[in-house]
Amino acid sequence: MSKRVGVEVSIAVADAVKLARAEVISAYPITPQTHIVEHLSDVVANGELDAEYVPVESEHAAMSCCLGASAAGARTFTSSSSQGLSLMSEILYHPGPMRLPVVMVVANRALAAPISIWNDHNDIMVQRDIGWIQTFAENGQEAVDLLLHAYRVAEDPKVSLPFIVNIDGFTLSHVIEPIILPDQEDVDAYIPSFKPHVKLDPKKPVTMGPVGIPEVYTEAKVAHEMALRASKKVIIQGWKEFAGKFGRQYNPIETYRMDDAETVLVTMGSISETAMTAIDAMRDEGQKVGLLRIRLWRPFPGPEFRKAIGKTVKTLAVIDRTISTGASCGPVSAELRSILYKMPGRAPKIFGFVAGLGGRDVTVDTFREIVDKANLYAKKRPTDLYEVIGVREK
Amino acid sequence: MIPEFEKFKGFSAKTLPKDEIVAPGHRACQGCGEMLALRMAMKALGKDIIVANATGCMEIVTSPFPQTAWTVPWLHVAFENAATVASGIEAARKVLARKGKIPKKHIDIVAVGGDGATGDIGIQWISGAFERGHDMVYICLDNEAYMNTGVQRSGCTPYGAMTTTTPPGKESFGQVTWKKNVPAIMAAHGIPYVATASPAYYVDLMNKVKKAALVKGPAYVHIYSPCPTGWGSPGEKSIEIARLVVETRVVPLYEVIEGKYILSRKINKPKPVTDYLKTQRRFKHLKEEQLAYIQKRVDEEYDRIVKLSEMD
Repeated sequence: MSKRVGVEVSIAVADAVKLARAEVISAYPITPQTHIVEHLSDVVANGELDAEYVPVESEHAAMSCCLGASAAGARTFTSSSSQGLSLMSEILYHPGPMRLPVVMVVANRALAAPISIWNDHNDIMVQRDIGWIQTFAENGQEAVDLLLHAYRVAEDPKVSLPFIVNIDGFTLSHVIEPIILPDQEDVDAYIPSFKPHVKLDPKKPVTMGPVGIPEVYTEAKVAHEMALRASKKVIIQGWKEFAGKFGRQYNPIETYRMDDAETVLVTMGSISETAMTAIDAMRDEGQKVGLLRIRLWRPFPGPEFRKAIGKTVKTLAVIDRTISTGASCGPVSAELRSILYKMPGRAPKIFGFVAGLGGRDVTVDTFREIVDKANLYAKKRPTDLYEVIGVREK
Repeated sequence: MIPEFEKFKGFSAKTLPKDEIVAPGHRACQGCGEMLALRMAMKALGKDIIVANATGCMEIVTSPFPQTAWTVPWLHVAFENAATVASGIEAARKVLARKGKIPKKHIDIVAVGGDGATGDIGIQWISGAFERGHDMVYICLDNEAYMNTGVQRSGCTPYGAMTTTTPPGKESFGQVTWKKNVPAIMAAHGIPYVATASPAYYVDLMNKVKKAALVKGPAYVHIYSPCPTGWGSPGEKSIEIARLVVETRVVPLYEVIEGKYILSRKINKPKPVTDYLKTQRRFKHLKEEQLAYIQKRVDEEYDRIVKLSEMD
């Protein structure tokens, strides 16, 4: 029987990779991803997992190695953060159109300059167009469950796409939480053996990664886009199956205290737990506040998000964890403004906030401040396009 | 000595494999020495291979979708990472064979790249793959500049050569640096097999590629590849040029087997380097002073290889 144990989230994630029976693991160390790949090297060294562990010389090489291994028919895993993810960037655009189900955990961290090892979402937001399925975990249990779900979906013959599970660096990756690790036989039943529809095999030669001349390039890109959009069905199906097997239900968008809510916080990742604490406190004071949490970031669940906004909602306060420098707002705000523009009837007012950059704490008071400001701006139009919370003047 | 070499008798002109691994109909230029080298190298390897190709001329001319010249499994990802993609393929086949998911039969994993992909942009990726000891063959097809993008200089461009980024002018005589010694860099990794080859000596070339495949662990073959388009030489002269480069000692043919240098062809009566240089427009602007320097440096470099081959 699976049991609940207190364990560091990185270690639990690595154990989930073991349970998923990854076959080629290739990684390069970067804080705060290191504990995941260290523990994986342990389980391979101890013979607990039959895999090849390829300790490459850079993150670019880690992704290149996973790509080659996936094309040869192996289940692959890598993990990175921040500068490392940026170094990988060139290769991150390949597995999507090539339909190779590489799975990666990104322990989200700020990008230089100035160099910072601490958490925000800048690293992944500059990679949001790479054409991978992307989810964001709120807590350790979810990190484990989303990792297993990632393999179930990525390798589904109807999907065949790469998958990133985002976990907040340090604030999630390095905390010890009570986590249930499922039994191996249940995981085996949930994630069948990887059977690629094409692979590099001398018995059946194929040419992979050919030149896309102007007559075919557009079609290749559109085919990838259609596959990514269509994957949403399998993503949701995968969560239904997960609930049936393991008893925990996940949805593209989660709601919290949304009944009669008028001012609603929108979050992604681990700050959502603090947001719920803040909402409970504000509800106790009689404020009609609620929370919408985005779990599925790509493909973006627009209809699900619009549906989750109840009729009572007047104002959305969206929290971005990065500055989209020079843009009108952060990437999450931009996404939501875009989908609300299409909303039938009267869409709520939407205000963008940036918080928690480079490891700055996002506390209950931060959420109170954001709710207060959103309520104020709903009455009195703000002068700025969006607002960075907690900027020290001296 | 390498035990796998004992059974290998070598190819001969009369017993060349009939299989065309790179099929006709590709889009290489007339007289392309690189394609010729690739064709012979692939003939030596046969059908039981998987190829990871770096971005470059050979990748472009063989794979415009929906056509392909490849009759073996072939994968292209990017410019610099063919060796690492090959590492991943090799690692995958190891674990899949161990788990009984694929047959245990040995398949040679082959990475192919040009001089830019190998000696410049990709050197870190190759270094990593060689240091980790993956069982693979890396073939560098060296046409001495970035030909695919229009003849820009690389670290492998020879001294004095005119390229589109080393134009001779009032203040310049072309490439000012000596050609980077990429085979020596590869040999410095302590890998079991390194060799240089020229398509004019195609049996020697094929034997070396085959030996690179037979050896366990990383192996590297550096193949000089004439480029009529980039060098300003007649297409029908590619083989002649590929022979002259050896006869003038500009490119010595040798193997480095487990660290030991072995000269494949000792050139006792070398022709003057000008015999080679005058066959190509890229050297046409060179003056006496530069030609004399090239002759002196070529002699020195050749002597160094001879001395290395005489060491125990």
